[in-house]
Amino acid sequence: MPSLGADMDAGTITKWLVHPGDRVHRGDIVAVVQTDKSDIEVEIFEEGTVDELAVPEGVRVSVGTVLAHLTSASASNTSGSPATPVTPATSASPAPPPASSSAVRPAPANLPLVESPLVRRLAQRRGVDLATVTGTGVGGTVTRGDVEAVAPFTPGVTGSTARQSSSPYARRLARDAGIDLEGVVGSGPGGSVLARDVRGVAAVAPEKPAPASTPEERRRSMQRAIGALMARSKREVPHYYLDTTIDLSAAASWLERTNAERPVADRLVMASLLLCATARAVARVPEMNGHYVDGEFSPSAAVNLGVAISQRRGGLIAPALRDAEQLSLDEMMSRLNDLVRRARNGLLRSSELSDSTITVTNLGDLGVDRVFGVIYPPQVALVGFGRVHDRPWATQGLLGVHTCVVATLSGDHRVSDGMRGGRFLTEIARLLREPEEL
Amino acid sequence: MTEEQAREVMRTVLRPIAPEADLDSVVAGETLQEALDLDSIDFLQFVAGLAEVTRRDIPERDYAQLSTVEGCVDYLTTSH
Repeated sequence: MPSLGADMDAGTITKWLVHPGDRVHRGDIVAVVQTDKSDIEVEIFEEGTVDELAVPEGVRVSVGTVLAHLTSASASNTSGSPATPVTPATSASPAPPPASSSAVRPAPANLPLVESPLVRRLAQRRGVDLATVTGTGVGGTVTRGDVEAVAPFTPGVTGSTARQSSSPYARRLARDAGIDLEGVVGSGPGGSVLARDVRGVAAVAPEKPAPASTPEERRRSMQRAIGALMARSKREVPHYYLDTTIDLSAAASWLERTNAERPVADRLVMASLLLCATARAVARVPEMNGHYVDGEFSPSAAVNLGVAISQRRGGLIAPALRDAEQLSLDEMMSRLNDLVRRARNGLLRSSELSDSTITVTNLGDLGVDRVFGVIYPPQVALVGFGRVHDRPWATQGLLGVHTCVVATLSGDHRVSDGMRGGRFLTEIARLLREPEEL
Repeated sequence: MTEEQAREVMRTVLRPIAPEADLDSVVAGETLQEALDLDSIDFLQFVAGLAEVTRRDIPERDYAQLSTVEGCVDYLTTSH
């Protein structure tokens, strides 16, 4: 289950678009996932053949859970060894409730090929680190025998129904919660399952075998997720705030002239100019664009501009316009039209929700003058635009009425400062003075 | 076009833009933008939809009239 935005912790597969035996290619859409925010089309970034769908439709699982096993294209002659599963054992049976649970652990990078999920689970039960096992199967695949050679039966544990050791309290918790201990990763000595492991799984377990959540439940859950992310941002990110009033008279009259010559369907809105100018300006002030992870800032070459879109029933979603700095105004407008429509109707793609490098929020349509936004971690800047409106404006000793907008910047002081932030806002203003150049 | 047909056209055009919008909940005098939370892009899509259904161009100066239910109904019922 991919993380579709830093505020997502679980998702439900509502539809599989591939089946065992299907060939898949990089960029194919393989499933539709329902999150608290939206229905999202999940793309795949591997080539290969689908071996097994590990999570049935309708089951909610946490981020990081293996959804399917693939045989990668390069290993396709090795009789179906699952080459890409990255997380230790997940089992989620399609059976009616109580569904068995999934253990979820982020994966180490270089896991060896393993013959089957059963072997993987066996290794887990016996506390065997698969990375240390020499595989004797086809192409170096780790087999059941390899695992048993490293970790023979533990006395006292019976054969075919062998379970890993677990505390009596953990067993009782598991029974009460309808959790199958076999799928639980133990954190106790020798991989034994403790009460806290069961609670961890219970918290993310497929508690709802069917997507029975009501819109109201989803809304509340989304609000909680956004709240948690914003709390983290306010806790960790030292924000600084700047604002500047931008004269849009040139942009407004250019827009009016341009739209007068166009049929409705091809017209532009001011928001598309604001987004274009922001994307171009970001490309010139790289400290605003990228991700801050583990104490280090990685600037991004491409500008993937997250656009905050209201979902009306409450909540925001901020899918990305990829490579936004390269879009012409017309391209920006049509991408924006498409994005807004899909955000409101449910189908966004997974890549659009995971790779924004900076976010823009435009609350002007709601009538507010300016917005002081909270940065979406791991991003390092957020640009806000308020209401576009006419106001008195002094220029060259004369007072006139100009169309204006207040642009704000919330910046991350670990990466940039007010000087660079000011430079960035000035650049946006400059670009908007020459709309025909956008 | 009758008033009821005009409302039906509006509903049809709004459906993909604001699936949860209920036209009957809009109070007289309230703008569609306020009542249904439409942003500038939604509103442009709404106007584009009306232009497509009625097969004519709608200039920007008519936008203001189209921003209330009554204005829209007038606009759609008087010109055909």
